[in-house]
Amino acid sequence: MNRTASKNNKISIRNLTIRYGNFTALSEVSLDIPANEVFGIIGPANSGKTSFLNALNRMDMMRTTMQVEGSVLFNGVDVRSWSNVYALRSKIGVVFPLPVGLPLSIYDNVALSPRLRGIANKSQIDEIVERSLRRAALWDEVKDRLTSLGSLLSGGQQQRLTIARALSQDPEVLMLDEFSIAVDPVTTMRIEDVLKELKQQMTVILVTNLVQQANRLADRTAFFLDGRCVEVGETRALFAGKVTDQRTHDYIEGRFG
Amino acid sequence: MNTRSDLSPTGNAAGDIRNQDWYVDKFFQSAMFVCGISAIVFVIGIFIFVFKEGAGFIIQQMDWAEFFLSPKWRPTSATQATYGTLAMVAGTAAVTVISMAIALPFSFGAAIYIAEFAQGRTREWLKVIIEMLAAIPSVVWGFIGLMIMNPLIIESFDVPIGLNVLNAGIILGLMAAPIITSIAEDAFKAVPDTYREAAEALGATKWQVVYKVILPAAKNGLLSAALLGVGRAFGETMAVLMASGHALTIPGSVFDSIRALTATIAAELGETPVGSDHYQALFAIGIFLFTITFIINMTADFIVRGIKNQ
Amino acid sequence: MNSVSGTHSVRFQAEPINLKNAQVQKLVKIVLGLMAVTLVIPVALIILTLLQKGSPAISWQFLTTFPSNGMTAGGIFPALLGTVWLVAISLLASVPLGVAAAIYLSEYAPQDHWLTRVINLATINLAGVPSIVHALFGLGAFVAFFRLGTSILAASLTLAVMTLPVVIVASWESLQSVPQAFREACWNMGATRWQTIWHVVLPNALTGILTGIILQVSRAAGETAPIMFTGAAFFLPFLPSGIMDQTMALALHLFTISTQVPGVPEEIPFGVALVLFGIVLVVNAFSIWLRMYLRSKKKW
Ligand SMILES: Nc1ncnc2c1ncn2[C@@H]1O[C@H](COP(=O)(O)OP(=O)(O)OP(=O)(O)O)[C@@H](O)[C@H]1O
Ligand SMILES: [Mg+2]
Repeated sequence: MNRTASKNNKISIRNLTIRYGNFTALSEVSLDIPANEVFGIIGPANSGKTSFLNALNRMDMMRTTMQVEGSVLFNGVDVRSWSNVYALRSKIGVVFPLPVGLPLSIYDNVALSPRLRGIANKSQIDEIVERSLRRAALWDEVKDRLTSLGSLLSGGQQQRLTIARALSQDPEVLMLDEFSIAVDPVTTMRIEDVLKELKQQMTVILVTNLVQQANRLADRTAFFLDGRCVEVGETRALFAGKVTDQRTHDYIEGRFG
Repeated sequence: MNTRSDLSPTGNAAGDIRNQDWYVDKFFQSAMFVCGISAIVFVIGIFIFVFKEGAGFIIQQMDWAEFFLSPKWRPTSATQATYGTLAMVAGTAAVTVISMAIALPFSFGAAIYIAEFAQGRTREWLKVIIEMLAAIPSVVWGFIGLMIMNPLIIESFDVPIGLNVLNAGIILGLMAAPIITSIAEDAFKAVPDTYREAAEALGATKWQVVYKVILPAAKNGLLSAALLGVGRAFGETMAVLMASGHALTIPGSVFDSIRALTATIAAELGETPVGSDHYQALFAIGIFLFTITFIINMTADFIVRGIKNQ
Repeated sequence: MNSVSGTHSVRFQAEPINLKNAQVQKLVKIVLGLMAVTLVIPVALIILTLLQKGSPAISWQFLTTFPSNGMTAGGIFPALLGTVWLVAISLLASVPLGVAAAIYLSEYAPQDHWLTRVINLATINLAGVPSIVHALFGLGAFVAFFRLGTSILAASLTLAVMTLPVVIVASWESLQSVPQAFREACWNMGATRWQTIWHVVLPNALTGILTGIILQVSRAAGETAPIMFTGAAFFLPFLPSGIMDQTMALALHLFTISTQVPGVPEEIPFGVALVLFGIVLVVNAFSIWLRMYLRSKKKW
């Protein structure tokens, strides 16, 4: 864990502590995430996973009680030194536990981000929308009804719409927070296949409540427990039992209170 | 503030420029803030401007004892002008009391019915119609007092004049009823369902639940509803001007005509020279009205906040 | 049970509902229902009486001609037009300001901050200030201090200040009903706060805001006290030529002909009251219908 931040690290985190008022949700986390890696985070509820993601794209700015200490380097630059935090966020796509179909048409859902970035050319937006929906494995299902309301899609489709929307940002990092909570197993598998592909083009941070999902997808995995990062290691090694902390093993094996 | 480790270079990241969107956002943040505090600006503005016009009178001319304790309001008397508001205060109070005596039982009853008994369509319709009641302009209410209630009262009670405390009280009661009903209904709705379920599980009838559980639990909300109703009746102008007879007496019965504080301003302001003592005295009444309603509103809010903090 | 007896000691008979209880229950329901109906009856009676006594006066000519013979005959055209002027200009002022204030409160203001608290208190108080005090304010501020004179502009601004809290509250409620998840989604994709408000929050709150504003129209149309010293006149033999002129107004006209002018035939003030009430009622009904329609059309 003490390796120095090399230029290869997309994200380097040092001594990250997150507080809500007096309550410490995450303390002293340090880890590195190289580019083009799928980085898994597992851990029980309330272990601070979502808070961790929020600190990476500076969502603490939008929450009055959330305080962040320590440093988060994105491409080697502290995220807090960004003078335009919105530009930072647009480089990081986020997918939430519950799908959020904005009450716009399917097309407009995906076109929103490019439009906000100032792209006005219709054919260019068409192209981004189609590419993003294809990458999210949703294009075939919705290509004939792009103008219908995004929030009317099924849960699994909406989650892929959310992913397409994140991809329309052309993000350097994609963060997924327990994306499969409201998605059926078949769709989950389809999305997992999508993520394996995406790894070629971006860094993926995958918070998951399913340890086997981390096993299937993540190159390396971190185990969060009670606001601490207990362990970070090669996923294969962790799941083979090569752990430094017994609790990691117990959690992976499903033997956890 | 943040403990930067040695490996956190600052300096510019790729793509980190403050673009137009950033400045637009900053601009609107400030603009919305300025508009956001407008309510404060106006409340202070009202106080300052009303006070400014009445200040000269209050500070130099006004005899406090006379203002509050004398029933004689004779601002136009050439020899000895007096500015006593006691009769108007008494008139306003009488009308307010009658209006609340009418509005409170019916509003609370209606609110209980809507919140706890009525269902589906009935409930929707009741709410809609009560909302309509709230929409009737005060000058139309005053007109109703003048043209419909007046002959009705004269006939029913065999009194010489029907423009009196009773008339204005009924009118103001009906005007205040919708607001009281809707706040009271909110108070009932705020009582958690677990209370109802727990009581019903013990075999209590709906009425017992309401009487022993809901009413006590909602009592702060009801008090606040009553206070806001008082504020509404107290501050009403046109209806009370038209329905109360506008006679400067301390009422001895509900059949006496009275003159309200608000109505006095409405009736006399147009005919007073700007800046005269009389003009300023009317503004002094305005300050008095503002202060009372301010206290009523703050108290009502304080009581409601009390519930939330429990 | 503990949740109940914790705060109030309550004791019920343990036996199941007996006959007597059932009867009491029925009686109570009827009595309460009657109380609710008592509030409904006046609305019905008022509408019927106004219709009965006012409708003979109503005609196209009544709506489109000037009052004549010292307001004892003729129509209400200048008053009707004046009310439209006053309402329209007051909306021009109160809607942008009120919606912006609501946006601040809903989208920017930190919760539990003292300033937010003070703004809320000020809004409540502004709504509770008696209308005649608003009139005094309008006179002192707009007519005298800002030198607008008694004019449509001064009267409209006075109305605007008076109706501002209702616009704020209605808009705030509407903004709050937009799910937080929509905002989170936008922020996370790099949208600025303003972009989020403009592209997602406002469009989804707009119809609700509109409902509030329509309600506002009916309030402003019926107000008398705030305009009677700031820009509305008892009688004017000509139409206003601009916003710096005085105007007649329907509400004030009703007051004038029913209290200040002797010898007006009864059907004229009843006709005016019917027109005024009719406008208010139609606008209100439209707003209520719109609200119900929108509830059935929710996109989320
Ligand atoms: N806005 C907030 N205000 C106060 N406390 C918060 C807030 N958000 C999160 N917390 C607290 O911080 C702790 C960590 O929350 P977080 O959402 O990061 O956990 P998580 O690991 O994502 O849990 P889950 O698996 O349930 O999503 C929890 O105890 C939570 O109650
Ligand atoms: Mg979480």
